[in-house]
Amino acid sequence: MNDFGIVMGLLGACAAVFLAGCGSAVGVGIAGQAASGVVTEDPGKFAQVLILQLIPGTQGIYGLLVGFITLSKIGVLGGNPTSMSFVTGLLILAGCLPVGIVGLISGIAQGKCSAAAIGIVAKRPDQFGKSMLFPAMVETYAILSLLISILAVTNIPIS
Amino acid sequence: MSVMPMQKLSICAHKSNRKAVLETLQQFGAMEIIPDAIDDQELEKMNTSEARAQFERDAELADQALEILDRYAPGNKAGLAMLQGNEELTSADVRQVALKQGECIKQASSILSFEKAINECRGNILKDENQKEALIPWMSLDVPMTFSGTEKTAAFIGTVSGVYDDAGFSAALLEKDPGLDAVSTKTLFTENDATNITAICLKKDAEKTEAALRALGFSKPAQPAMGIPKQVSEDCDRDIDKQNSEIENLKKKIAAMAPERENLKIVADYYRTRAEKYRVLGTIPQSKQAFFLEGWVPAVQADRISKLLSDRYHAVVEKEEVREDEVEPTVLHNNKFSQCAEGILASYGLPQHGKVDPTTIMSFFYVFFFGMMLSDAAYGIIMAAATFIILRKFPRMKTGTKKMFQLFFWCGLSTVFWGFMFGGFFGNAIDVIAKTFFGYTGATPILKPLWFDPLTHPMVLLIWCMLFGCIHLFTGLGIKGFEELQHHQIWDFICDVLAWYVFLMGLILLLLPSQLFANIAQMTIVFPVWLSQAAKWMSILGAVFIVVTSGRENRNWAIRIALGAYNLYGVTGWLSDVLSYSRLLALGLATGVIASVVNTMGSMLGGGVGGAIFFIVVFLIGHTMNMAINLLGAYVHTNRLQFVEFFGKFYDAGGKTFEPFTTNTKYIEVKEEAKV
Repeated sequence: MNDFGIVMGLLGACAAVFLAGCGSAVGVGIAGQAASGVVTEDPGKFAQVLILQLIPGTQGIYGLLVGFITLSKIGVLGGNPTSMSFVTGLLILAGCLPVGIVGLISGIAQGKCSAAAIGIVAKRPDQFGKSMLFPAMVETYAILSLLISILAVTNIPIS
Repeated sequence: MSVMPMQKLSICAHKSNRKAVLETLQQFGAMEIIPDAIDDQELEKMNTSEARAQFERDAELADQALEILDRYAPGNKAGLAMLQGNEELTSADVRQVALKQGECIKQASSILSFEKAINECRGNILKDENQKEALIPWMSLDVPMTFSGTEKTAAFIGTVSGVYDDAGFSAALLEKDPGLDAVSTKTLFTENDATNITAICLKKDAEKTEAALRALGFSKPAQPAMGIPKQVSEDCDRDIDKQNSEIENLKKKIAAMAPERENLKIVADYYRTRAEKYRVLGTIPQSKQAFFLEGWVPAVQADRISKLLSDRYHAVVEKEEVREDEVEPTVLHNNKFSQCAEGILASYGLPQHGKVDPTTIMSFFYVFFFGMMLSDAAYGIIMAAATFIILRKFPRMKTGTKKMFQLFFWCGLSTVFWGFMFGGFFGNAIDVIAKTFFGYTGATPILKPLWFDPLTHPMVLLIWCMLFGCIHLFTGLGIKGFEELQHHQIWDFICDVLAWYVFLMGLILLLLPSQLFANIAQMTIVFPVWLSQAAKWMSILGAVFIVVTSGRENRNWAIRIALGAYNLYGVTGWLSDVLSYSRLLALGLATGVIASVVNTMGSMLGGGVGGAIFFIVVFLIGHTMNMAINLLGAYVHTNRLQFVEFFGKFYDAGGKTFEPFTTNTKYIEVKEEAKV
């Protein structure tokens, strides 16, 4: 059963990356569609809408961050995996879940929010500063989940 | 530092000086004119809409001509137009060009007519090509498509439904009418379930043949070409060649007019300026002999402008008091460093008069937080160097753009600072390169962080982030207190600001020696007993005070306490605000981690020449992307920390942008004796 510890740990790292990554991918995709629409009408707004499109991309980065920390924690990154109990592996998996799941859902929600914010830029380009705020609000929850995931993963003792 | 005080001026002068006064004001660009300032039945306004429309049309004409010129004879460095800014000219230069404005407009019109001719040629080419395509099914026909027969014979040229070959078609015709054995038929082309055919018969059989053909679904071509298809098609080719050479010719003609570009730019802006002048002229009330004008100027400029106008044009200029219902426009005035952040503030909203302009305080936090989020020395160096070079190379770029670049220059320097503090230089590139290519086996990291490595001590950094956050938030609350003191609202200051300071400080002091904090920060703080006691009483007193006084406008004590309790609940808002600063940690870590992922990927092929080439490619692509994404993240989230957390404590924008009456040019900048 002890061999499963490392499997669970790796599963945790991967879950953080793929769940949050999917969230960002969908989010950036949604915002990108709206951005393309604006640029066909007014290519001059490219830079502004690009910034808005990329805002939902951070969840993927947070996932990567936790994935990386987990990989180095369980020793997969160095090439010699630490042997750990099944329970420890599960603990690490659990620690990775916040950033994964919140990243997935907040990424999609933020993508929709960004698409709406792109609508602001399309009609009132002078309100760019405010349009950036609405999607940034969604981000807070991704950051909070990231925080808990990092706290959990770095503080779980390996045994 | 502050919102510039504004002065309302009212100007009255003789009508003959009307245009001269306006031109002077326009050149200064320091006055926002209040339209329809004086409402008096006896005063009239001039109708300038026609003149204004004419100028706008001419400016538009010149703009279009310039656009066409750029298309056929691209000016140099067209892509950098945003950075280059407007060309600087003296007013004498402009006057000289303005003298031959008629000439310039004629040139512009001829450029436009050349463009029109080119479009016509293109239209003709399109028509020819369409005709050629329509003729493809008839190409094997060697008589005109409208050919209806000779003296003795009748010919049918058209399409029948169904697919046939030569033999099949004559068989089909015979089947419809067995008497038609003297009809010569031929199929020409088959497509889409239809066949183009010719049928020739003796005149006497014409009716019968036609009937049989109709039974097969015969129809004549809808738009037959005049002449033999092959020849018509060749004619089309010749015409296309002709039109093409005509287009080339016209393009050359347009390109030959490239030297007119400078004059056209000047003329376009000249007309734009005059159109603006006539717009304002139309809003000015005038009597028989005089005209009246009211507007805002920055107070520091008021004396100079009034002196100039009264000396030069014998105008009567008076300083007016601000009326209750009037909103003064906002102009910010800041030191050289902080004014770069004015754009950030303006994108949220300008401050009202009588409120604090937070730009200066914000600018320091902005640069500080930005650097912390990007926190890679190499990225910072690239950023600072790039913005520095751009600022040097394009000294005349528009003020707003320039301020933005200056801000990013400072943010770059801050990034370098934090990069060295945390030991990030392209992530861990130095270690990876030394190990992979130079066989380094000593201790890592080679570039030791001046402070500590956030990846190994994330908790310590988290605590610091929250500390910075507390300072930022307390500063915001402090500004609110300052504003209240400024307006002599002492009691409000005590209830809204001081009570919160006491309460929050008490809470923080309670938290520090607790087990929870010890676990997170991995250090134990022990307070002397008196301090713990003080913390306890501070938070209790603060909380009670807030509960009792927050609803002080309300006379009903029950409602008052309820409001107070609700207000105290706002402490959760403070908690989430402070936690929000953990993004400093998150984004900082993200930069470093992705950078080291890039480096690790690059070193996968090991040392040697192949490995080095692979490393360089991965390095360049990876770090460019990482830098771009994290720059964006740092920008967005630094803004957010300012707009939501910081401004949320005290700032409610609502100022009106100052829109001075000015030249409003697109291409040129006219150098004047003095501008704001």
